[in-house]
Amino acid sequence: MEELDEQARFEETIMPHLDAAYNLARWLTRNEHDAQDVVQDAFLRAFKYFSGFHGGNSRSWLLSIVRNTTYTWLQKNRKQDLATVFDEKIHDIEDTAANPEALLLKNADHQEVMRAVEQLPVEFREVMVLRELEGMSYKEIAEMAEVPIGTVMSRLARARKQLQQALGQRLQPGVSQ
Amino acid sequence: MNCQEIETLKHAYADGELDLVRATEIEHHLSDCRACSQAYENIRALSTALKSADLYFKAPAQLKRSIRASLPNKARSSPTMSFGWWQWLKWGIPAAGTALIAVLLATASFGPSPEARLAQEVTASHLRSLLADHLTDVASSDQHTVKPWFAGKVDFAPPVKDLAAQGFPLVGGRLDYLQDRPVAALVYLRNQHHKINLFIWPATRSANTAKKSTVSRGHNLIHWNESGMTFWAVSDLNPTELREFADLLK
Repeated sequence: MEELDEQARFEETIMPHLDAAYNLARWLTRNEHDAQDVVQDAFLRAFKYFSGFHGGNSRSWLLSIVRNTTYTWLQKNRKQDLATVFDEKIHDIEDTAANPEALLLKNADHQEVMRAVEQLPVEFREVMVLRELEGMSYKEIAEMAEVPIGTVMSRLARARKQLQQALGQRLQPGVSQ
Repeated sequence: MNCQEIETLKHAYADGELDLVRATEIEHHLSDCRACSQAYENIRALSTALKSADLYFKAPAQLKRSIRASLPNKARSSPTMSFGWWQWLKWGIPAAGTALIAVLLATASFGPSPEARLAQEVTASHLRSLLADHLTDVASSDQHTVKPWFAGKVDFAPPVKDLAAQGFPLVGGRLDYLQDRPVAALVYLRNQHHKINLFIWPATRSANTAKKSTVSRGHNLIHWNESGMTFWAVSDLNPTELREFADLLK
């Protein structure tokens, strides 16, 4: 009986976040098949540890399992994706703030935006996806990624700068890549 | 506030993450500084571009199905399954006769896997041992008492190891019955009230296997094959400590 309740509870609280789980895994692995494998594995883990979940934010709870599963997977299968260790000072990106590119950005098409986001280093891509697509708060992201809120903020700032630069360049006529 | 200070903060401002005092300060700066207000507009534009580019990947329908199918005891969640191949199988089997069942069972393409069934069986034995107040047949923390006790009762010699020094004292041993055969059950204790049943019987395959953790009825299980024996440990203990226990037996 208890077991049945547990299953029903899992179905009710965790299953609705499948899209969020897949979206995150898809963006982090950049491949639909890998994302499916990772999500499948993450759900098995989630089910296993579900008895330890006593309410709270079920989406964050699931997504942090998905995140950990994905990083373990990347570590094993695509170490080079994780190799972009950031010395934030060296890699400081020039501020493109002076370019009046708001209009250009608004007109960027799906493919261009996709490609630009996919090219972000994984830690940046992660915060972008969680913030812009999942609408999570800095605090939620910080807890999930186990970093201070200030780090979430600075990663987002850097991610956005990179995106603006990538999209701005693509969209400006006469600027070669 | 100057442009430098506002550099990162304007992102938090755009995301509505700042308190009122800070937000007001930023607003003041933005209204005075053209470069910063333009940069701020760019952040907003980027956010709009991301949202309108339809970047959200929805999970494919078959992923949901395969996740449901892979969860333990999935048959119990069948009410949520759609009327499809599953129903056809369910109603088709009686008609198709036992030959089909044999084939399907052999391929184990549906229903609980043999491993999941065994996990249920092991958990049931564990629970029975606690309920019936029949935890041990031989109550002893001495491995040299417990091990010989099994001689003549089972056709193999289970390895018995006391782990009191590592925090898992041996409580005793018992005869149990799993997989249609008598098995040895060793009982260990953790933190005085978590009981661990360790079931041991000769393995059907001689190769060693890696330790594998599962969950059944809210209990944690871990099983592996070593030196020709199959080991299943089950407890209400958390997975980490149970794993620690299993690693100590090696």
